[in-house]
Amino acid sequence: MDLGQHAGFIVGAYAFTALVIGCLVIGGLLDQRAQKRALASLQGESGERLS
Amino acid sequence: MWTALWHRLAHPGHFMRWSGAATPWLAGLSALLLAVGLYLTWFVVPPDYQQGETVRIMYIHVPAAWLGVFFYGAMSLSAIGTLVWRHPLADVAQRAAAPIGAAFTLICLVTGSLWGKPMWGTYWVWDARLTSMLVLFLIYCGIIALWRTIEDPNRAARAIAILTLVGAVNLPIIKFSVNWWSTLHQPASILRMGGSTIDPSMLYPLLEMILAFTLLGVTLHLYSMRTEILRRRVRVLTIREAERLDAGAATASMVTPPRSMPVGQGA
Repeated sequence: MDLGQHAGFIVGAYAFTALVIGCLVIGGLLDQRAQKRALASLQGESGERLS
Repeated sequence: MWTALWHRLAHPGHFMRWSGAATPWLAGLSALLLAVGLYLTWFVVPPDYQQGETVRIMYIHVPAAWLGVFFYGAMSLSAIGTLVWRHPLADVAQRAAAPIGAAFTLICLVTGSLWGKPMWGTYWVWDARLTSMLVLFLIYCGIIALWRTIEDPNRAARAIAILTLVGAVNLPIIKFSVNWWSTLHQPASILRMGGSTIDPSMLYPLLEMILAFTLLGVTLHLYSMRTEILRRRVRVLTIREAERLDAGAATASMVTPPRSMPVGQGA
């Protein structure tokens, strides 16, 4: 596909969007994993279980 | 019946159950719609007679702009839920929405600039639409920063709910800025009296991308809300654990006098 003389702007826009959405998705996954680990560790220590 | 259903869905325990089941399906559907939308955008949509291939930037710029405004609208509704009903899930929803809304607003600003340079000859102008979107991004940043500043979650929730509602004044300004002022940004071309001005060969792929981005945004929001609920449970358990350890240490110090104390002066 020939994007013409403005290819850099078009590809740049899509690349930036992919980067930001990728950061949102990966950041979200890592954050939830960290919270689950912290919760499991605390529940293990206190012997409690919150559902 | 609807009120009962709403209360049931909005209860944090029920929310964790239904959102846990729904999130993988929503994520799969978002990926599928995005794949279809990208295929249409890159291989089906014809180049514009004036913009040429650069029109392809619009298929991410417009959905991102919509989501930037959509999430702020959702945050404003949540702010009312926090202030009027003090519903815990309203604050959770608001907090989870802010970074996602900010990210899509940033995408809108950057992709708009990358479109503006070849089409307008400049990356940026202090046009009413562009400036009001920049103000929206700054409000998002202010809200996120305020959350990190206030330690007490209840105080933070109320302060941010008020700030969010004050910032909601910007939403009609964004929407109508192109009608109220003479702007370089083009006027509304999808939602307008008399119908859309976009040719169907470009309009339907654009609507498809808007739907795909919206579903992606909602999926990210639900996932982030689940994380926020877990974070609050971690906070409660950490405080409880610290109190338990403090109580244990106090009891131990009452039972066993420190070595440095003179004999007979222990409790």
